[in-house]
Amino acid sequence: MNENLAIETRGLTKIYGSGHTEVIAMRDASVGIRRGEVVALLGPSGAGKSTFLTAVGLINPPTLGQILIGGTLVLDGPIPLLNLRSFRRKHIGYVFQKSNLIPFLSARENVQIAMELNGASPRNARNRALELLEELGVADRAENGPSMLSGGEQQRVAIARALANEPSVILADEPTAALDSHRGRQVMELFRGVAHEHGAGVIVVTHDQRTLEVFDTIYEMEDGAIIKGVSSQDTRSTLATT
Amino acid sequence: MNLAVKDIQHNLGRFALTVFGIGMLLMIVMGMGGIYRGLVEDATLLVERIGADLWVVQRDTRGPFAEVSRVPKTLVYRVLAVPGVESSREFVFHTIQREHNGKPLRMSVLGLSWPLDNGKWLPLIAGRPLAQNHYEMVADKTLGLRLNERIKLGKETYTIVGITGGMASTAGDGMVFVTAWDSQAIQFDTPSEAIRLERAARKRRSEASDLFLSQPVLTEQLSRPVAELPAVASPQLSAVVVRVAPGADMDTVVATISTWSDVSVFTKAGQEDLLLKGMVDKSRRQLGMFQSLLTIIAAIIMALILYTLTLDKLHSIALLKLIGAPNRVILGMILQQAIVLGGVGYGIAYLVGQKIFPYFPRRVVLTNADLLQLAAIVLGISVLSSLLGIWKAMRVEPNEALMG
Repeated sequence: MNENLAIETRGLTKIYGSGHTEVIAMRDASVGIRRGEVVALLGPSGAGKSTFLTAVGLINPPTLGQILIGGTLVLDGPIPLLNLRSFRRKHIGYVFQKSNLIPFLSARENVQIAMELNGASPRNARNRALELLEELGVADRAENGPSMLSGGEQQRVAIARALANEPSVILADEPTAALDSHRGRQVMELFRGVAHEHGAGVIVVTHDQRTLEVFDTIYEMEDGAIIKGVSSQDTRSTLATT
Repeated sequence: MNLAVKDIQHNLGRFALTVFGIGMLLMIVMGMGGIYRGLVEDATLLVERIGADLWVVQRDTRGPFAEVSRVPKTLVYRVLAVPGVESSREFVFHTIQREHNGKPLRMSVLGLSWPLDNGKWLPLIAGRPLAQNHYEMVADKTLGLRLNERIKLGKETYTIVGITGGMASTAGDGMVFVTAWDSQAIQFDTPSEAIRLERAARKRRSEASDLFLSQPVLTEQLSRPVAELPAVASPQLSAVVVRVAPGADMDTVVATISTWSDVSVFTKAGQEDLLLKGMVDKSRRQLGMFQSLLTIIAAIIMALILYTLTLDKLHSIALLKLIGAPNRVILGMILQQAIVLGGVGYGIAYLVGQKIFPYFPRRVVLTNADLLQLAAIVLGISVLSSLLGIWKAMRVEPNEALMG
């Protein structure tokens, strides 16, 4: 057990169905992501990226394997060793391709609710939510509902919510898909800043080649398996030659 | 942060319409209960207010309200002679439908035993009780008659001298109060042509009767109204109402009158019981069953509305679970909305009902006990009907937030 690792997965395997209908969505996926490390997960559609992300996010438990977060064994195969929902609330922040904001709450309230659920007082949660929205450049839209925000603004609010409880793990599934290249890069820089500042491990599923240089490590998945992991150094040199 | 309130604020228009619909539904349930209570009150109103301890009616009948009862006028004096009786009065009661100002007017006529009873006990909201033994009338406000208005019934014209509130017969018809004499005149009014025909028929019959042949003086009586013919007088009263003297044993009075073979006697409680179990029983039960069905329908509709409201929020609920919201937060949101839906709906039902019920043709009586009972039922329905939504919400997986 390595406590320096924000996320550690050991032989994660996810099998859907059985017998003739059995599908192996993820096989023997083992990674170790350090605190403050920003990791990209690449691969074609159906490679198992989302399965891996949702397994690590404690949303869709694996069939086999173990997940440790911050050195704590959380899942042993499909069996939770802790209250997963409570653990998610405290330690994991999510950003998805679609912004996934609660439609009946304003931008500020979408951020605030995450902190209130974690025990913050409404006043503190409100102030912190406004700070985060300010940092992400959407403070002027704080009282607007999601339907009044552009795709990019919604995504930034979702990022603010993911950062609200200062989680030890941030999981993002194509967070820049709805953003222009400038905003996309800004968001990735923000993840990087949070990872380094708060020592959070960040996993980002992306197809956006423009932002790859931001990552410390890049993992590639194919047919449910992690086939290679390269450091940012290698990435940059690869990008330079292409 | 109250998620239930936030969701309601976000969908305020739709929620307002839904809650108004629920309110209207609950108003019908409330109104049905009120009609039920009104029916019971109307049925026993007269028995309650007339202040009689005993009702003496035609033998083997169930009294003036349940069926036709005819007793002779002399019964008043016979009853008065029974030890323990403080007073006995004539009671004439019948329902008529006449035309007044071009519209049909249906009313129940109650004859008061003038001069013992001038209607002082009536719940007057305007005017005064009867002050003379003829041509004056006290009418209930539901009949739409105004003070000092004149109404022609039969050959006589009556002046409205008093207006009562809430005096209706078991059938829901507004009541009018006149002296027993006038009441009989109204009841037995016969057209002139019918009188002439009847006189001719009597004359013809008398010519073949030994009695009239041997006592020709009797033929002078043939021109009198049938109700007044002394030898063949019809029973003219519907009942005799009796007040037992303070300290007298009512059972003894009842036992004495019960020995008479031409009448039956009922206590006030017995008369009320007859009314509730006899006359209005079927209507009462029908209304009760209808109200129960409406309550069940309201519960089903509320459950479906809450279920639909929950279905609309499934993505948000999955998202809340994803970011770690405990079940109690989600459960609380649905339950609070259910209670707001039921509570505000109930409030609307009450407020709208207060405005609308007075215009119902039958009396709608909302008692505090009934309102409290319905409030408790609505609360129960709200909680129960939210269970379907809660069940659905509890089955939502957090990863559903990532779909679609």
